[in-house]
Amino acid sequence: MNLFDVIENIEKIDPELGDRINPRRSAIRNMASFGSKVAVAALPFAFGSLLKKAYGQTLPSGVVEVLNYALTLEYLEAEFYNQGVAKANLIPTADKTNYFAKIARDENNHVTFLQTALGSSATPKSAFTFDLTANGTFSDVLTNYDTFLKVSVAFEDTGVRAYKGQVTALKSAPDILTAAVSIHAVEARHAAIVRYVLNKKLNLGLKPWIVSNTKGNDTGIAVVDGNYAGEDNVMQGPVDITKLPATGTSASKTSATAAFDEPLTKDATLALLVGSFIKLNG
Amino acid sequence: MKTETNNLSNANMARRAFLRYAGASTAVAGIVAMQACSKDNSAYEDVGGGDSATIDVGSGDPGILNYAYALEQLEAAFYIQVVNSFSADFTTEEKLLLTDIRDHEVAHREFFKAALGSGAIKGLTPDFSKIDFSSRTSVLATAKAFEDLGVTAYDGVASKIQNNDYLVIAGKIVSVEARHAAVISNLITPGSFVDSDQVDSNGLNITMGPTKVVATANLFLKTKISAKSFNF
Repeated sequence: MNLFDVIENIEKIDPELGDRINPRRSAIRNMASFGSKVAVAALPFAFGSLLKKAYGQTLPSGVVEVLNYALTLEYLEAEFYNQGVAKANLIPTADKTNYFAKIARDENNHVTFLQTALGSSATPKSAFTFDLTANGTFSDVLTNYDTFLKVSVAFEDTGVRAYKGQVTALKSAPDILTAAVSIHAVEARHAAIVRYVLNKKLNLGLKPWIVSNTKGNDTGIAVVDGNYAGEDNVMQGPVDITKLPATGTSASKTSATAAFDEPLTKDATLALLVGSFIKLNG
Repeated sequence: MKTETNNLSNANMARRAFLRYAGASTAVAGIVAMQACSKDNSAYEDVGGGDSATIDVGSGDPGILNYAYALEQLEAAFYIQVVNSFSADFTTEEKLLLTDIRDHEVAHREFFKAALGSGAIKGLTPDFSKIDFSSRTSVLATAKAFEDLGVTAYDGVASKIQNNDYLVIAGKIVSVEARHAAVISNLITPGSFVDSDQVDSNGLNITMGPTKVVATANLFLKTKISAKSFNF
């Protein structure tokens, strides 16, 4: 589905592309016949309904539980970015265009995707009240860009951990497992970028990856220590990464912890968020 | 598709000319996207097929681990060469990021080698003849292609992993590859980290099955690999 965009974009820059790669071009044009075009255009939306059709009411209860848990986290993230992007004078225009409008778009898409997959089993957003200040811990989150960036980093890194913690619970539904790990990868893309942006702004020495030396949390934001607990692990299955043959500093704790992101259980994640960022209604 | 692959390798002149116009990132992304989008799966079997030296990754969980091991070997070899011959165009910050990434990929490679033990495939010989290591543009474009490929590959095969520990570890690695992919992409074009060649309209990262991933990886491998048990 991206092929057509790619070709179109390249052709905008290089109108002679067609002459250079003529055989490929005609192959592509043939592929882009009417039928394919419709199928390709419909694919992303069809996938959601496909999941629904494939699992529908018979979605295993464990899978429904995981998806609703994911949906709760996505509601929070979407709320955070929607409010942040809408707030005047919070995010500098360039950062909004380059980064946060795109992250908001993705989080809203995740909400829609999970709602579609869950169908009538989806927990409505109205079940929750979101407090982006977390009971005042981040009281200036929507007025101070530094605070907004810090909360964003914590949310994204935690989101990556939360999805990772659920993969084994989704094995009975392979298509949903694939979708979940794919959302998880997008959260990791976000995490890397917001860490990069925060570091550019405050020059904290923060890397796009989580570097855990003395403790899991490398952000310097002490109140989110719990969100990074266990990130300093260097044992992967039976293998101690710090004892492997090294190139450069690949066997250092710094690198060994950064090279593997650690999961977080559902209970641990909810304990970090419910009662602070997320209030259960009713 | 075989013809196209040959065109790519035999038509370096045209491709280089094209790179100058479009920027290498678009071109390499294009190669990967074309591989990704091809519907002609059968043709891929010809890439490296009939070559008795082609190494199959095997089946079951060990097959998936070997598949990952092959990709990590490719990535590690690439970044080792990048760091050993840094283009003068790189900033200090970029060099630090690329050095970190090299270390991560080496750790991933060594992890799989250790986890597989005697079941590990042999060390693969890369073919980086298409990469201009003296050019920041060429290096970053290739890095982006490899990182995006790695993410699509891990996500695409995750649901086939039986062992829970390895499934979770694959998750631990893929999110780090996604972090790499985002940062590299953003170094090429600020604001590029979740573009439509990386993330679909549902907000899901693009995924790819081993058949297409292997075909793309083989473009950069002298020792060709196959994944015959994972025919998707």
